Amino acid sequence: MSENILEVEGLRTHFYTEAGVVLAVDGVSFNVLKGETLGLVGESGSGKSVTAISILRLVPRPGRIVEGKITFQGEDLLAKTEEEMRDIRGGKIAIIFQDPISSLNPVYTVESQLGDVINTHQRLSKEDVREKIAELLQMVGIPEPYVRMREYPHQFSGGMKQRVAVARALACEPDLLFADEPTTNLDVTIQAQVLGLMKDLKTSLGMSMVMITHDMGIVADITSRVVVLYAGRVCEIAPTSVLYERPRHPYTEALLAAVPRIDQRKKLAIIPGNIPNLISPPSGCRFHPRCPYAKETCKEKMPELEEIEPGHLVACYEWRNLSLNGVG
Amino acid sequence: MSSKLIEVRNLVKHFPVYSRGILVKKQIGVVHAVDDASFDIYKNETFGLVGESGCGKTTTAMLLLNLEVPDSGEILYQGEDVTKVFTSGTKEQRLSLRRRMQLVFQNPYSSLDPRMTVYDIVSEPFRNHGHIPKNKWDDRVYELLEMVGLEEYHAERYPHEFSGGQRQRICIARALAVEPEFIIADEPISSLDVSIRAQILNLLSELQQRVGLTYLYISHDLSSVRQISHRVAVMYLGKIVEFADTDELFNRPVHPYTQALISAIPIPDPRKKINRIVLPGEVPSPINPPRGCRFNPRCTCTESSCRIEEPKLVDIGKGHLVACHEGYLSKFA
Repeated sequence: MSENILEVEGLRTHFYTEAGVVLAVDGVSFNVLKGETLGLVGESGSGKSVTAISILRLVPRPGRIVEGKITFQGEDLLAKTEEEMRDIRGGKIAIIFQDPISSLNPVYTVESQLGDVINTHQRLSKEDVREKIAELLQMVGIPEPYVRMREYPHQFSGGMKQRVAVARALACEPDLLFADEPTTNLDVTIQAQVLGLMKDLKTSLGMSMVMITHDMGIVADITSRVVVLYAGRVCEIAPTSVLYERPRHPYTEALLAAVPRIDQRKKLAIIPGNIPNLISPPSGCRFHPRCPYAKETCKEKMPELEEIEPGHLVACYEWRNLSLNGVG
Repeated sequence: MSSKLIEVRNLVKHFPVYSRGILVKKQIGVVHAVDDASFDIYKNETFGLVGESGCGKTTTAMLLLNLEVPDSGEILYQGEDVTKVFTSGTKEQRLSLRRRMQLVFQNPYSSLDPRMTVYDIVSEPFRNHGHIPKNKWDDRVYELLEMVGLEEYHAERYPHEFSGGQRQRICIARALAVEPEFIIADEPISSLDVSIRAQILNLLSELQQRVGLTYLYISHDLSSVRQISHRVAVMYLGKIVEFADTDELFNRPVHPYTQALISAIPIPDPRKKINRIVLPGEVPSPINPPRGCRFNPRCTCTESSCRIEEPKLVDIGKGHLVACHEGYLSKFA
């Protein structure tokens, strides 16, 4: 077993809004192994993005990390000063956001935005910085890098903008990369390009990657292990092939059965109801109001993650009594 | 096969583009949004229209509903010329045509008036069309809500009190209020969460069986198109490039663009490894579409003829139509 690059234990990030306290992330624990691609899966409001920005300590007000431990390369991130965090962000841990249109600054050229990242973390001469930027743009497949780096984000197409965002995230060769739905806004043929690019770069640079997505197809395609989130809690953690073949949490089963597939036509299963409101989430297991297998205990007590076989963790009281279906 | 509901013949829509001058407005180009599209939609079928952003899917829908006026070409609704009805028909004729065709939009957050209750939203078509006597409104609204899986008490609420999936149900109820035969669903699930998408897809199929609806289902999401459509047309830069029964199209795609599009979709099963065809480059601007076959700059099998001559849709058997020099050749060589 390889070692952990990141460990998250009992992370709670809450947002103190006027309407009440939103329990966006409420006791999330998982680890990222060195060199792996981990999938962080869930629907909107499941807490996947908040988990990522909590790890980078970028939670905006009125949000706050209430509790938990985040250990990155053996160091406690929550104990770091803001100064120290600045070195880590973009240097050792980088993030690519969903929407390249809003994550790139429209009034600076690509050169100055990438240059900023490099200058923050490294001491290089002006020429070396330029050369490095050109190299990065070349690496992400942008032709004529010396010309294009002088342009502004609006002069790039959607796919090209996301490539610039990838280049910016990789500028200082991070050890860990968060990709927060990097292809959601792109057309399918462009999505295929960007996913292929990220897969290649991850291998050639030897970094670890956390892919945040709601697309079960992308998860199957590029991850080796998956963490399934629902309403701010972890439901299930398993190696990708195990998760798809024999899910042990009813939510995972339902999610797999509800996704239409391009290679076959099947009756789509329905998950009844809606995603719960996280100001007053359901008691007990948060999935119980939508769960076809829920028992009395599920309504009363919140289940904890339990290791049911090596590397396969499930938070469900009933997993022993259920025979759940995977795909295929 | 049942009878044709809609026939579209050589539909063309171009949008002029003007320079941003202060005093003089000069036309600097033309967006070829829809170029020479022809297809039929049969009664009780779901016709899928797929393509990437900017390929002309939504413009096609707008043209069918006469929300945009075609530059040329014909749209026949049960033999009636839609464009003619809207330009020179009487008000009764126009309303009666409108009643038969309805639209469900992509974003249920912006397509519902936030200041109207669900009751007002669903009963507004009654007011406009007057096809239901006022004392029957309540019953009909509740019936419609029941059809889309909502409850009676929801009628008094406002759109902001509902989740995305429920709002899309309200939009569907509103579309059903005029008892239409034909519904255009323009990306009805793309702004919804995964677990909610299946609900709406199943609801659409269920309603089709219950009321006998015909759908034009527009989407860029090929998996959902396969799920719900009977026949599928693939568009690229304003042109229909391939057209076939759903299973035929997905099992035996002939056009290189369709092949790439299908292979680009990740399959939610880690055991399936796909030979992904990654297309180089991006969709060119529809202002100056490439000469010859519009797909030729991104295509792997460019012949010289592809750069010169625009391929026509050719039937390669079983109603499978392809517009590709290569595809045509390989099938008959």
